[in-house]
Amino acid sequence: MANTVCKATRESFGMALCEMAKTNKDIVVLDADLAAATKTSIFQKEFPERFRDCGIAEGNMLGVAAGLAASGKIPVAASFAMFSTGRAYEQIRNSVAYPHLNVKIAGSHAGISTGEDGATHQCLEDIALMRTLPGMVVLNPADHYEMMEATKAALKHDGPVYIRLGRLAIDSFNDPDTYEFELGKGITLHEGNDVAVIASGLVVNEARKAVLKLESEGINARLINIHTIKPIDRDIIIKAAKECGQLITVEEHNVIGGLADAVCEVTSSECPVKVTRIGVYDRFGYSGPAWELLEKFGLTETNIAKVIRETVNK
Amino acid sequence: MAKSFAELKVLAAKARLGAVIGTYHAKSGHPGGSLSAADIFTYLYFNEMNVNPEKPDWEDRDRFVLSKGHCCPSLYAVLAMKGYFDWKELESLRHVGAMLQGHPDMKSTPGVDMSSGSLGQGVSAACGMALAAKFDNKDYRVYTVLGDGECEEGQVWEAAMFAAHNKLDNLVIFVDQNGLQIDGAVEEVCGIEPLDKKFESFGFEVAKIDGHSFEDIEAALNKAKTVKGKPFAILAKTVKGKGVSFMEDQVGWHGKACNDEEFKLAVKELEDEIARLEAEV
Repeated sequence: MANTVCKATRESFGMALCEMAKTNKDIVVLDADLAAATKTSIFQKEFPERFRDCGIAEGNMLGVAAGLAASGKIPVAASFAMFSTGRAYEQIRNSVAYPHLNVKIAGSHAGISTGEDGATHQCLEDIALMRTLPGMVVLNPADHYEMMEATKAALKHDGPVYIRLGRLAIDSFNDPDTYEFELGKGITLHEGNDVAVIASGLVVNEARKAVLKLESEGINARLINIHTIKPIDRDIIIKAAKECGQLITVEEHNVIGGLADAVCEVTSSECPVKVTRIGVYDRFGYSGPAWELLEKFGLTETNIAKVIRETVNK
Repeated sequence: MAKSFAELKVLAAKARLGAVIGTYHAKSGHPGGSLSAADIFTYLYFNEMNVNPEKPDWEDRDRFVLSKGHCCPSLYAVLAMKGYFDWKELESLRHVGAMLQGHPDMKSTPGVDMSSGSLGQGVSAACGMALAAKFDNKDYRVYTVLGDGECEEGQVWEAAMFAAHNKLDNLVIFVDQNGLQIDGAVEEVCGIEPLDKKFESFGFEVAKIDGHSFEDIEAALNKAKTVKGKPFAILAKTVKGKGVSFMEDQVGWHGKACNDEEFKLAVKELEDEIARLEAEV
C-alpha cells in the first residue's frame, strides 16, 4: 500500500478539479471570497481565465452557476458548507435542482471539525438540506484518495451534485492502488457479523480504528463506508441489517436528516433493525480545537468503540 | 425579418389577449404584470433576439430569462406566436400535466431558456449565461426582465455588482416599472427609487424609456449594443394591466384572473384593439 498521506479533503478536492480541468475545458469554478480556504485557489492559480470570484454573495453565485450550466458549462460553486448550502439553499432549490442543471456545489469547513470559528461556521445540516432536493447527488468522501475520485466522478456525472469537504487535515486509509469509487455504492472496509457500523466522511477512519481495536477483544464488527449519501446504497444496508441484526451509524452531522435518517429510511421499510446513531444530537457546536470538539461530541475512536462494545454486549 | 412598429403593436395586443385567455382558463395567474411587459417581450422576440423556434436549444442563440417569472402568460403567448408551440396550449396554462407551468419551466416549455419565478434569481442566471458567452468567446446576447418590486430583493444587487465587475456588456436588464406590487405601490411598500442612480452607481449604463413605445425600446436596445465593457439597464415605465381598461393601474389585478363577465369585456376590448391596429398595418 502507498504511503498514508495527511491532507484535508478540501485540498484533495482542489487538486482533483485541476486534474479534470486539464482535459475538460468546460469546467469553470466560482467561489465566494473563500478560495484560499475551500482550495479552489489551486484551480484559480492554474486556470485563472476559468475562475471567477463572486465576492461574498452566495445566492448570486449559485444563480450564476445555474446560468453557466444552462449554457453548457460545468460550473463548480464553492464556499463553506454553511453558506453554499445554507445561505443559498433556495437558489439551489429553484435555480439548480428544479431545472436539474449540471452544477457542482462544494461545501467546505463542514461539521464540528471546523473548530475555533464556532457554531456559526460549523455546518451540521448541509447533508439534510441537500438530501431533500429531488435529483441531487450528495457525496461525503472520507479521505484524500476518496475525495480525489469522488470529485472526478461528480464532474463526470450529468446533474447537480453536492460534495462535502473538510477543513481538518486527516490521515488517509484507502489504498490508491486498489481504491475504486463508484457513485452510489458503499464500501465494506471490514467484515464482521456482530454489528454493522455505517460511517460517512471524516469519521470513517475513526470508526475504522475502533473496529480494528475491538477485534482483539473478540468483537467482529462490519464497517461500511458510505461516501454517497444520496442515492444511498440500499443493498449494502439491507444486507448488513439482515446479516448483523443491528446497525450503528456514525456521522459528523446532526442525527436529524443526515446519514442516520438515510439508513433508517432504508431499514424501516426493508428490514427493521435497531439503529444506534452516533452524531450531533440536535444542537449547535461551539469554539475549540477540532480534535477536542470531535472528542467532546463522541465522534472519535474512543466513543465509537464504547458504543460498539455496548451494542454488541447488550 | 424585422416587423414594422404597426405590426408589433398587433402582436403585442395579441400577446395581451393570450395572457387574458391563459389566466382565465387557469382561473389564476398574474395578468397585471403580464400586460405591462407585453410590448417588451414582443419587441425582443420579433425584432431583437437571434433565435430559432425550430431549434430552441441552438447553442449560439440569444437568451432570455424572465426574472419576474410570474408574468409568463404574455411571454407564453409571444412564444406561441413565434412558433415554439401551439397557441391552444395557452388554454391549459397551469393545468395538471400542462406544458405551460405557473412559472417558467425550461424543462417543459420549448423556448424557455431558464426556469424562474423565485424573484431575484433569474437575473443571476442571466449573468451566468452572459459569462458563459465570454468564456466561450461567443457573441450571443442575454436579455432579462425584472419587476420593479423584484428590485427589493438583495440578490438583484448582488447580480448587478457581478455583472458590472465582469464587464458583461452582452447583458441587458429591463425593469418593468409598473409601480405596483402585491401589497401596494412599490414606493409605499419599500421604495426602490432613485432606480436609475442605483444602477448607475452599480456600474450600469442606464436608459429610461416608455415601456409601451416600440420607438423607445428599439432606441434603447440599439444603444445597448454600442456600450462596451458595461452591462445595460433599461428602466421601462409601464402601466400595470395595460390594454384592459379595468385592469390598468389597479393593484388588485396583480394576481387574479378574470371571471366570466370580466373575461368577455377584456376579450372584447382587446379584439377591438387588434382589429383597429390591424387596419393600420
